[in-house]
Amino acid sequence: MLVIKNLHANIDGKEILKGLSLTINKGEIHAIMGPNGSGKSTLSSVITGHPAFEVTHGTIEFNGTDLLELAPEERANEGIFLSFQYPVEIPGVSMVNFMRSAINEQRKYRNEPAISATDFLRLMREKKELVEMDSKLTNRAVNEGFSGGEKKKNEIFQMAMLEPKLAILDETDSGLDIDALRIVANGVNKLKSPENATVVITHYQRLLDYITPDFVHVLYDGKIVKSGGKELALELEARGYDWIKQEVEA
Amino acid sequence: MSDAIIHEVTQSEYKYGFTTDIETEVIPVGINEEVVRIISAKKNEPEWMLEFRLKAFRHWQTLKMPTWANLTIPEIDYQSISYFAAPRKNAPKSLDEVDPELLKTFDRLGIPLEEQKALSGIAVDAVMDSVSVKTTFKETLAEMGIIFCSFSEAVEHHPDLVQKYMASVVPYTDNFFAALNSAVFSDGSFVYIPKGVRCPMELSTYFRINAVNTGQFERTLIVADDDSYVSYLEGCTAPQRDENQLHAAIVEIIAMKNAQVKYSTVQNWYPGDKNGKGGIYNFVTKRGICKGDGSHISWTQVETGSAITWKYPSCVLQGDNSSAEFYSVAVTNNHQQADTGTKMIHLGKNTSSHILSKGISAGVSHNSYRGLVRVGAKAENARNFSQCDSLLLGDKCGAHTFPYMEVNNETAVVEHEATTSKISEDQIFYCNQRGISTEDAVGLIVNGYAKEVVDKLPMEFAVEAQKLLQITLEGSVG
Repeated sequence: MLVIKNLHANIDGKEILKGLSLTINKGEIHAIMGPNGSGKSTLSSVITGHPAFEVTHGTIEFNGTDLLELAPEERANEGIFLSFQYPVEIPGVSMVNFMRSAINEQRKYRNEPAISATDFLRLMREKKELVEMDSKLTNRAVNEGFSGGEKKKNEIFQMAMLEPKLAILDETDSGLDIDALRIVANGVNKLKSPENATVVITHYQRLLDYITPDFVHVLYDGKIVKSGGKELALELEARGYDWIKQEVEA
Repeated sequence: MSDAIIHEVTQSEYKYGFTTDIETEVIPVGINEEVVRIISAKKNEPEWMLEFRLKAFRHWQTLKMPTWANLTIPEIDYQSISYFAAPRKNAPKSLDEVDPELLKTFDRLGIPLEEQKALSGIAVDAVMDSVSVKTTFKETLAEMGIIFCSFSEAVEHHPDLVQKYMASVVPYTDNFFAALNSAVFSDGSFVYIPKGVRCPMELSTYFRINAVNTGQFERTLIVADDDSYVSYLEGCTAPQRDENQLHAAIVEIIAMKNAQVKYSTVQNWYPGDKNGKGGIYNFVTKRGICKGDGSHISWTQVETGSAITWKYPSCVLQGDNSSAEFYSVAVTNNHQQADTGTKMIHLGKNTSSHILSKGISAGVSHNSYRGLVRVGAKAENARNFSQCDSLLLGDKCGAHTFPYMEVNNETAVVEHEATTSKISEDQIFYCNQRGISTEDAVGLIVNGYAKEVVDKLPMEFAVEAQKLLQITLEGSVG
């Protein structure tokens, strides 16, 4: 589904990704772990097309399409979703309006007619239940006045609404208490299917107690330096990252 | 990145820039006493009206154009403007007699002039260039004692009312443009709501400037008698022309005891092209007086057009317990300049006013809010709350706020809040990541920002205003 080869990317002239390669197939859950500053969030930004980053080398293909040729909104409409580490507030724009625009853009991209009001409201209700989202939140402006946990929950709610093929969760666990973490993880698990894939970017193994990865990758200094099964996450939790750094530098 | 997009979005074209090919009768350019007399004669006006015009003209000659606004106004040659242009045919008696070209024009503007379309419940007075063309629904309204007609008709049929109220809120001595308008005004709308009557439909006037090198000087006078209610809408468009056109209107509102008047404007005069060529100079004096106790006036405006906007819809709160509101969204793009705001003059006891101004600037435009809150010595317990927000798209535009306060009674509570924000790259990217293009994202964010004001507009206007906001800023953010 997603094939990244020898990816190099800069921000403000500074190279952050230095030859990263990764292949993700449908039905898989990949966890990407690594110390601060290793390039985890940069990877999600580059896949989704954040304009602050410049790709200098390498390729990203998504279901055979050259992703780097597409604008950010086209990548989204191809089915790539990013759950932001820091979701922004958009004052005055109601969640209902925002979601309806997003859904209709996606449908337009697929040459489908706009969603009817009743279907849309039904969809909203269904997905709100899935992520145990309070109606009070969906009646407000996008993320305005939401707590940290509510913002993260709102990201998963949007993911449920848009049903992406590839979901990237960027540090979705940070700032969540244990109940919110459980709700968010349940949402992600319920949305899992053999047809879609998930990338979980995280510092801690904690989230992986709830979302079981098929593969765990360690990102260090802009490259994936070690890959393994879910036991790798446990080992990282127990031993920290220093032994990885030593292995790389040896 | 956003700069590139802002640049792109600001390059949109004016979508109402067509002219209508109808015969017009234009008097030669220039202004002098003779011209004032000609205008008055063409309209078969009574002597008192001519006298009023002449007094105003003589006063105007003693005045200089004001320069205090935060605007760069090119010199205006008042002798190169024609002060009267009318569609040549005589006033139509019914819709069948209205020039089909004219009807087509209104059709393109989306005005429900035809009576069958008037199911939407809006009575329309359409003023094209200088003459009021047709007032729909007049009979229905007349049954309730409501007068809604062109200003000329009011002068002819209701001279007592016109004489009593005209210039009682905006005297011709008020300012340069008010004096000019009083001398040469061509037509406009007149509304009278009798005691205890709630006007059952929105009353609406559409103004359109069509002929070349003409100024448009209309007057609107709204009188709401005791315990009455009216909601009045004003829409404006003009064709695209290279030359600047002058528009200097006067609107006066009088609200008697417990009367409520709601005045909404969507102003979409031609703003000039991307390089600042052409466009309407809009110098308007709008003022209401809450004359009776417990009366209420609210001004709502969405200002998207004009090359230059100079406009301060104001309110004198004379009656005790009277209240006033001013809700405004002013958008400037490309080379547009706007200096707009309000004045709230508190004279009566327990009066309150609320000001909410939302400025949006893009391109290399300048957008200023100018407001005055004055509390008189006898205005016990006056309350005012003002909020002025500015939103910037790009880094070449400017937003300015000039709030003035004069409080002469220590029981008054006057509050002012101001914010300035920019559409952030992160907000745009967030929308992009949900599949929404940058242009749509800007539209969504701008409409979200303006929502509090747009929500105050009557339904039909709100939809139009939302579209206009988006069109005005098309191409302005990346």
